Amino acid sequence: METATSALTPSFPVMIGNQAESVMEDSDAKETARNTVGTPFVDAPRMTCRNVDVFYDEKQAIRNVSIDVDQNEVLAMIGPSGCGKSTFLRCLNRMNDTVSSCRVTGSILLDGTDIYHPSVDVVPLRAKVGMVFQKPNPFPKSIYDNIAYGPRIHGLTQNRSELDEIVETSLKKAGLWKEVRDRLNDPGTSLSGGQQQRLCIARAIAISPEVILMDEPCSALDPIATAIVEELIAELRTQFSIVVVTHAMQQAARISQRTAYFHLGNLIEVGATEKIFTNPLHQLTEDYITGRFG
Amino acid sequence: MNNTATTNNDLLAPSKRLVKRYRAEKRFRRCGIAAITLSLAFVFFLFFTIFSDGISAFKQTWIELKVEFSNDLFANENLAAADYPGLVKRSLRTMFAEVKSRKDKKLLYGLVSPAAAYKLQDMVEADPKIIGTVQEVWVLADDDVDMLMKKKIDRTVPESNRRIRDIQLEWIDKLVAQGRLTTNFNRTFFTSGDSREPELAGIRGAIKGSFFTLLITLALSFPIGVAAAVYLEEFAPSNHWTDLIEININNLAAVPSIIFGLLGLAIFINFWGLPRSTPIVGGLVLTLMTLPTIIIAGRASLKSVPPSIREAALGVGASKVQTVLHHVLPLAMPGMLTGTIIGMAQALGETAPLLMIGMVAFIVDIPGTFSDPAAVLPVQIYLWADNPERAFTEKTSAAIMVLLAFLIVMNGLAVLLRKKFEIKW
Ligand SMILES: Nc1ncnc2c1ncn2[C@@H]1O[C@H](COP(=O)(O)OP(=O)(O)O)[C@@H](O)[C@H]1O
Ligand SMILES: [Mg+2]
Repeated sequence: METATSALTPSFPVMIGNQAESVMEDSDAKETARNTVGTPFVDAPRMTCRNVDVFYDEKQAIRNVSIDVDQNEVLAMIGPSGCGKSTFLRCLNRMNDTVSSCRVTGSILLDGTDIYHPSVDVVPLRAKVGMVFQKPNPFPKSIYDNIAYGPRIHGLTQNRSELDEIVETSLKKAGLWKEVRDRLNDPGTSLSGGQQQRLCIARAIAISPEVILMDEPCSALDPIATAIVEELIAELRTQFSIVVVTHAMQQAARISQRTAYFHLGNLIEVGATEKIFTNPLHQLTEDYITGRFG
Repeated sequence: MNNTATTNNDLLAPSKRLVKRYRAEKRFRRCGIAAITLSLAFVFFLFFTIFSDGISAFKQTWIELKVEFSNDLFANENLAAADYPGLVKRSLRTMFAEVKSRKDKKLLYGLVSPAAAYKLQDMVEADPKIIGTVQEVWVLADDDVDMLMKKKIDRTVPESNRRIRDIQLEWIDKLVAQGRLTTNFNRTFFTSGDSREPELAGIRGAIKGSFFTLLITLALSFPIGVAAAVYLEEFAPSNHWTDLIEININNLAAVPSIIFGLLGLAIFINFWGLPRSTPIVGGLVLTLMTLPTIIIAGRASLKSVPPSIREAALGVGASKVQTVLHHVLPLAMPGMLTGTIIGMAQALGETAPLLMIGMVAFIVDIPGTFSDPAAVLPVQIYLWADNPERAFTEKTSAAIMVLLAFLIVMNGLAVLLRKKFEIKW
């Protein structure tokens, strides 16, 4: 917490490390945690992460990361492959619980509640923090059942008509309703890749989450489907907080308000997307967005 | 190859190395085809011998007797006490009045099966009004007559080397000429239990014994196997204990089945005191044998469910158990069922462990419950194959045909299941 507050003043970014430091030297020093530059914290956050460390057995994948997720924002996480973006994202809804070797320390709060507190149940947590995966993964069931599954297990509806309504509104929000309204009983796997991914988004929003996590949601899609999903993400911001991991920098630039740059398990820099892409504070960020490595 | 195209020589004329390689490939392919042909030939040979031996067992020879249910035989009130074998003999004697010597009479009586007497008794008990009348009755022929009619006894060999005497041949020819001897579909084979008399022996008892045994096996091994597979694959922490369990399960699958029979004898019969020779013990033993197969097949099909489905379910807030029950298990079920059917097919064909628990006994009665002594199909085959009488040879092959039919149906079902539910992602 102490180190986090010291970096809390957004207008005076703290610069740590030599800006001229080369990539080679950096990998020599990778055992040490870096401090984050930029504006990782906001005034009324939805989620608050402080000093998060993640280990796979002895190997540390995330080092001392502190960041906030604002209400109604799209927060993009970028960084070279293997830098821990997915790992960090999966901490936010405790998806890492399924990896037995994975250990998370530090604190992650959702609306002021520590989600790693022993008495917190992951089932309601995952209803509040939904997730969309890299590869579209609809259940091999009907389109209707794909959406209805979440509301059913959480007991969100009293009767069939309420459920029908949730299915319809979710599909509408995901921009899929017009395409599938006449074939709700077809298997979800019969849709095209882009449609499947929007179905997965509809499935995530059917249980009215507060935060939606997306791990490279467009990397398995063609450019047209990608454009549609990006548009959808931008629209969904009015109702949800969205955290998107992406390795396509242009995508981050197009859809997000804030961008976080990860490097070898460290959170290097967080800032307004525009600023990150035009005038990054940290040398590593600049190297990455100018394409010197990645 | 082409003399004029000297520039392209290396493309057109294959080098020595290439020629060698092609030849090696051809040789390899020929070896494969030869192997397949050979194994197919063996299979066909097996099927052919069994078929040609066994097909005749589905037919049976009958003799029509003229029976006079004369009143003097039924003087006694108790109908069951009447001398029915005597009635059969008397009928034969009247039909062949010329037979006088004791020795010939004995041969004459040997033409019909002992079952003839039972048939007459059944008729009288069903309808006592026939007493005092003369009836034409079809009765089972003796198995030697049956064998002769099926050309399994050769008339041309010297009399001393054949089970049917010349004089009997005469009588049989006479019966055939009179239309009093015929062969038709052998219902007895499917409706009766084992017997010392080949013409009376059937597989009904063995089929029911196999059915009860497999029912126990299925009822125990499927739920236990699936539960074990699900626990090991989805819930168990991965540590030394689960490693040890996994190694042991794989080992169990390779244990010779007779060991399971010894175990069953020691535990189920001697320690628990369950009745020997019964489907319940057989089912328990076969459960032990099938469990590893089902667990291994179950785990493999659980493993083949893509992790993305689990993540999807967990991601919308399903609990671990909900994820498994709602999504993973239904997707793994076809594979598990396939494994179970294959395990069941193995259990159906299993003989050795059942010998150990006494299911090899000679049992005439058709089992009605799980705790009645019973034989199973493969053991019945074993018993008949062990029997020196000629007529049991065809019975053996016929029983093998029935067993093979069941196995083919079961394996076909497994293939069908796999095809039908082949998962498309
Ligand atoms: N289940 C796991 N077990 C062990 N190590 C893992 C596991 N998942 C990821 N890692 C390691 O953690 C690091 C970060 O991985 P990841 O979060 O997937 O990176 P990114 O998503 O940024 O490409 C990598 O070095 C990777 O090898
Ligand atoms: Mg990743």
